[in-house]
Amino acid sequence: MPALVLAEHDGQTIRPATLNTVTAAAKAGGEVHVLVVGHNAADAAKQAAKIGGVSKVLLADAVQFADGLAEPVAAQVLAIANGYSHLFASATAYGKNIMPRVAAKLDAAQISDISSVESADTFTRPIYAGNAIATVQSSDPIKVVTARPTNFELAPSDGGSATVETIAAVAASDTSRFVSRDVVKLDRPELQGAKIVISGGRGIGSAENFKLLEPLADKLNAAIGASRAAVDAGYAPNDWQVGQTGKVVAPQLYIAVGISGAIQHLAGMKDSKVIVAINKDAEAPIFQIADYGLVGDLFEIVPQLVKELG
Amino acid sequence: MKILVPVKRVVDYNVKVRVKSDKSGVDVANVKMSMNPFDEIAIEEAVRLKEVGVATEVIAVSCGVLQCQETLRTAMAIGADRGILVETNVELQPLAVAKLLKAIIDKEQPQLVIAGKQAIDDDANQTGQMLAALADMPQATFASKIVIADGRAQVTREVDGGLETISVALPAVITTDLRLNEPRYVTLPNIMKAKKKPLENLKPEDLGVDVTPRLKTLQVTEPPGRKAGIKVPDAAALVAKLKTEAKVI
Repeated sequence: MPALVLAEHDGQTIRPATLNTVTAAAKAGGEVHVLVVGHNAADAAKQAAKIGGVSKVLLADAVQFADGLAEPVAAQVLAIANGYSHLFASATAYGKNIMPRVAAKLDAAQISDISSVESADTFTRPIYAGNAIATVQSSDPIKVVTARPTNFELAPSDGGSATVETIAAVAASDTSRFVSRDVVKLDRPELQGAKIVISGGRGIGSAENFKLLEPLADKLNAAIGASRAAVDAGYAPNDWQVGQTGKVVAPQLYIAVGISGAIQHLAGMKDSKVIVAINKDAEAPIFQIADYGLVGDLFEIVPQLVKELG
Repeated sequence: MKILVPVKRVVDYNVKVRVKSDKSGVDVANVKMSMNPFDEIAIEEAVRLKEVGVATEVIAVSCGVLQCQETLRTAMAIGADRGILVETNVELQPLAVAKLLKAIIDKEQPQLVIAGKQAIDDDANQTGQMLAALADMPQATFASKIVIADGRAQVTREVDGGLETISVALPAVITTDLRLNEPRYVTLPNIMKAKKKPLENLKPEDLGVDVTPRLKTLQVTEPPGRKAGIKVPDAAALVAKLKTEAKVI
């Protein structure tokens, strides 16, 4: 039986995390179908059909799916679940919200946030903020899995030629209603998926000072992140948070500015290819995992870096 | 309105856990245990809703070993009115906990469940959503603001890229994110008071729930380590290293 991937999209385009999840699903199941649940989402379905390795795209298009609420989307996944060996979603706010609902209705134990596929029924996943890696085996007939995007390669976004099949939408319900969305549109790459990430910690000192990182991020076309301490202190919005309780990133280059390196922060960035730490405290734990450390005053060093980069 | 708050006893967030040498799990013997931080936020929110007159009773529930009683006492010191322990020595996975909580919901009929979004030990982020599904309730996960009015909860959620507000009909399940509130410090008088609050002890069998683990843990290993690199003297040296040695810019 094929594996199903629940796509994350905005109606027009498929989010990159879905491409990572297609790779994970292909490792577990072989044949991969993608389910697009949305309203006026035909363009997203067409884009999904081009993903390499996808043999079929199912589109459930109805007004009750417009805002991606968990109840109707989970019901739609359940409506077709029986034809699949695995149900995959990305371990993002979207996938984390929906998939446990699906798993519970199937009486299946979800395998959350997997970091590798060992076989069709065995997966590894980080536990205790990434301080241990558990290898777990599922005996459920349908395996419900969320995949950590940074641990899987992107499937090619082009080259596939899957068919798009429109399927019947499940009925709407009024128990949950969308009210509003307040999403900040940045001219920067998304935190998850950016090649370079610059994060600020408590050492930045204030929300105002966080602007210091912007010229450097502009120079490097980097996303800006923050430690939990910086978010707790109100210096940065929560969706910038990198760590166990925020986002997990693994860019080519991670620059930690004024971050001491608490366990829960390291959980969100220690798989980065190259880590740079800038901190005035030479004993800060972040230096124990940094490839390049620079001890000094971030308020002097960051502008110097901008200058050095020309 | 009754509010049910599940609380989990976990290894304290300041403890760096060690993997056992036989790879059977992490070593939790003689390690400091605390209430899962997101559950503390959940209790705080429920108690605040009681303090402003929205809720009438806050019930804390914990599933696990006998020592979870301590976690329940902490919840009652924050302000929960009573506690329920579902006691078992079996390793509990999220689906089993969701089934136990569903059975408690059937008994207690709360109008609202506020749970932590994830536990910091298994990092599964499942129980609240599973409970909502089993109880056929709507859910509002990753909450940073909750307003109760007219039989509904208006919840602002932390999502990728910003915030989203939804309105769910009660009864509902809400899971907490970091910025919902800052839990109060428990005071000694409240700790003393909590000792006198009622604590009920149940077994999974009393609730008719099979809690046998469904996922088999084959092994638990250390993550691949990272070694400390080098210190560079200044910004110029750093840029040079990143360009010529690491080749990432």
